[in-house]
Amino acid sequence: MALINQFILQHLLTLILFFPILAAVVVLCLPKDNIKAIRWTTFSLSLVPLLLTIILWAQFKAGQAGYQFEEQYHWYAAIHSTLHLGVDGLSLTMVLLTTLLTPVALLASFNINDRVKVYMALFLFLETGMLGVFLALDLLIFFVFWEIGLVPMYFLINQWGSEKGEREIWKGVKVQARNYASLKFILFTMGGSLGLLLAIQMLGVLFQNYDLPVLVQKWNSLTTGSLLGLPVQTVKTVAFWAFVIAFAVKVPVWPFHTWLPDAHTEAPTAGSMILAGVLLKLGAYGFLRLVLPLYPAESAHYAGWLAFLAVMAIVFGAFSAYGQKDFKRLVAYSSVNHMGFVLLGIAAAAKAAGTLNANIALNGAVLQMFNHGLSAAGMFFLVGVIYERTHTRNLEDYGGLFPLVPIYGGILIFTSMASLGLPGLNGFISEFLVVRGAWPVLTLYTAIAMIGLLFTGAYILKGIKNVLHGPLNEHWVQGEHKLTEINTREIIVMAPLMTLILVIGIWPAWILDVINKAMGMLFH
Amino acid sequence: MHFPFLSVIVFTPLVAALGILLYKPEQKKAIRITALSAAIFALALSVWVYFTYDKAVAGYQFVEKYNWMPMLGISLHFGVDGMSVPLVLLTGIVMVTGVMISWGIEDRPREFFAFLFILASGVFGVFASLDLFMLFFFYEIAVFPMYLLISIWGWIKTREYAAMKLTLYLFIGSVVSLIGALVIYWTSGQHTFDMLVLETVKFTPTFQKIWFLPVFLGFAVLGGIFPFHNWSPDGHVAAPTAVSMFHAGVLMKLGAFAALRVGIMLLPEGAKFWAPLIMGLALINIVYGAFIASVQSDFKYVIGFSSVSHMGLVMMGFATLKPEGLLGAGVQMFSHGVMTALFFATVGMVYDRAHTRQIPELGGLIKPLPLVAIGVIVGSLVSMGMPGFSGFVAEFPIFMGIWRTQWLVAVIAAISIIVTASYVLLVVRRVFFGKMPETLQGHITPINTLDKIALVLLMALMIGIGIFPALMVPWVQSGVQHILALLGGA
Repeated sequence: MALINQFILQHLLTLILFFPILAAVVVLCLPKDNIKAIRWTTFSLSLVPLLLTIILWAQFKAGQAGYQFEEQYHWYAAIHSTLHLGVDGLSLTMVLLTTLLTPVALLASFNINDRVKVYMALFLFLETGMLGVFLALDLLIFFVFWEIGLVPMYFLINQWGSEKGEREIWKGVKVQARNYASLKFILFTMGGSLGLLLAIQMLGVLFQNYDLPVLVQKWNSLTTGSLLGLPVQTVKTVAFWAFVIAFAVKVPVWPFHTWLPDAHTEAPTAGSMILAGVLLKLGAYGFLRLVLPLYPAESAHYAGWLAFLAVMAIVFGAFSAYGQKDFKRLVAYSSVNHMGFVLLGIAAAAKAAGTLNANIALNGAVLQMFNHGLSAAGMFFLVGVIYERTHTRNLEDYGGLFPLVPIYGGILIFTSMASLGLPGLNGFISEFLVVRGAWPVLTLYTAIAMIGLLFTGAYILKGIKNVLHGPLNEHWVQGEHKLTEINTREIIVMAPLMTLILVIGIWPAWILDVINKAMGMLFH
Repeated sequence: MHFPFLSVIVFTPLVAALGILLYKPEQKKAIRITALSAAIFALALSVWVYFTYDKAVAGYQFVEKYNWMPMLGISLHFGVDGMSVPLVLLTGIVMVTGVMISWGIEDRPREFFAFLFILASGVFGVFASLDLFMLFFFYEIAVFPMYLLISIWGWIKTREYAAMKLTLYLFIGSVVSLIGALVIYWTSGQHTFDMLVLETVKFTPTFQKIWFLPVFLGFAVLGGIFPFHNWSPDGHVAAPTAVSMFHAGVLMKLGAFAALRVGIMLLPEGAKFWAPLIMGLALINIVYGAFIASVQSDFKYVIGFSSVSHMGLVMMGFATLKPEGLLGAGVQMFSHGVMTALFFATVGMVYDRAHTRQIPELGGLIKPLPLVAIGVIVGSLVSMGMPGFSGFVAEFPIFMGIWRTQWLVAVIAAISIIVTASYVLLVVRRVFFGKMPETLQGHITPINTLDKIALVLLMALMIGIGIFPALMVPWVQSGVQHILALLGGA
């Protein structure tokens, strides 16, 4: 027993990372027709990484500098790349978010009846892909997982996405909307990552090493001279933008965001939950893990540009969300709006690196990543719940549904308020921290962003009003269209999300402590 | 004296071909079983050679030498190094899977398998030869049956045109190389075709610069280098399935490999001088091939042109003359071989059932042919260089090699990644997903067990190497060391 304990503790990260693949293989071996067994097996197996993450959280020493639970294995020796894993407070928070949202999303997928086995297996592969990005301490391994997560998501959208809808692509040539959206999703992300890929190759060639801590140190000590026949500064600036664009597409930052509303709208509910909950965080994580440490000078120099893009995302995201008629698209644009705050915090921290303001802004940004993961996943799920019953997402088709579905209404209002940033719920804490940290550094941009917050309120209230309030749409009262209340399984899906939303809102110290110490040590 | 592994591998297919010809034409079952057993035997030996090859020692191993024509200095001289040993393995794999997939050929299977096996002998011979003359000898043996295989069993619409075009291109290419080789023989003053001796001869730089280009390009025609590539898509499309697999999977490697062995390794100074030109041509292959592939409406032409693009990466890796580039090129030869073998196998399966390869006329095939669809998806991911598959393991070091030579080329070549991704994803979706056209309803029969085994074997190789590069990289790396030494440690 002691031996097993020791083994688990020594290989905790590998276990968390690869257990989902193992689970996927198990699921693929189950008989095809027993849908119930497939669902429950997948769900219970997905709880294992969560459990391991909780052990990890408990064993993690927040005050200790550097990476913990490091593991290193041979991978591609010829080009000096190793499977190097490790966590600090930043990656730990993201790992918790991933392993938490995956079982939640799987539970939300119990209504899938088409090719359940493959669906569930793809979801588990996706989990490994996302975790790999957060756990990697080797730049090549980071890229491997970064790309590989795209494949399951592509198939989830284009096979299990919404069957309705067409998009005109070229002079009357129409394609199914989910095909359009999935291809756009994968090509935008891959295309955006080309620069990242090239920059990674360049770093590897320069230093004959892909180990992240080593690269950070060597790359930063390279300040003068020439590289590839160009001044080092020029190369660094180009490489900086190559990294930024790859991550900005994923976050997504205006003007690289256009894949997101399409992908979200067409994805199955659980796909949207993971897409908004975790995949967008990969981009922000890239900024924090790679861009700021590798390019401190360039980040500070171009912080104003980043802040500008962030504010555009906040303002345009809010306006666009307000203008939508489709409930799911509204929530999708709200992600652009909320992730803008993450980037604003990062920009402020880049500009004022090392100061207290920077630290506050970073705390806000990371907490906002976690919070948005909870509330966006919740919102997409709630949209899915009502869509499944009404088969419409058009806000004008609802109206006054609160008396019909009081519990659903309550949950929807609660989650919306978290998204809006109501004090006492989690969104308030993180957005306040970002704004507080960014204000002295980027005053004008922050001021505009706060006006953007006003519109956040507007679109969220618009959503609530159209669905729950106003004159009751008699269509849903009786007969075959009678709207049914949210069921127990669906409440269980929401329960952990709502609990965390409330807990972080009231007592954020447990998670902020980990984030704060990590930020302090990463960017002192 | 150890067991003569390489001679047995090289001559097994030839002996089997003669044996098959002894059967009566109607003994189809016996013919097939003989073919499969011979193929499995050759594969088993090449697996043995692969895993017993000592990477730590490196150099040429399993060496055998028999006098053949001593007065001219020609001997039957076999040996493999880290570059060729994966290719011998690849040939064994393509041979076995090719036979499995051609199980159902009803039109003169006796002659078909006999020609296919003569071709296989030639291919094994080129990869194992350490004698320049023998290399040509086997090279021509590999090319000649191609003409018959395509013009007799090929796609009725273009087979005569394609077979003629392919043969003329390849013969002209090899004649040009042969002249170069003879000049090398005369100039060396050693009166030997032994490449191990020729490697050590210091030819003058001027000589090397003059003769490198004809020798390299003559062979590279078979590797599909621009602007001599356009026999290849026509040839691929016209050939019957197993021949396409051999053709794209192995034969194109033959060209690249011989260009490396004779061009770069015997004339290293010439290689250094002409590397920028080869790089430029390879860059056109990579980018132009990807664009042309993306506008094809025939499923098989898509794969044909994608091969042009991917073989460009091999040439590119060679042209960098850097350890990473050569390493990547070596792995890419294997990875691309397995990938196209898989692609052509699946295209063949689709065509046999749907009787069309026009992408707009296909659709929804994943339901009746799930494993074929998975095969094409895996192949597509390899072809777009997705990490976790063998294509990434190969392409990444090639790009690193380019970075060490000329970064601008890397930036331009990267365009092909996104173009490839877009067309392979579109093809997969149009052929395998969506609604099945009414004309196909009920015509799509499931594939048989042998087909399944072949597909699974090919997929497993690509995923295995993608996840564990150590399954192949150390072999190639040991071969690269030797080439670098010849290049003067560049």
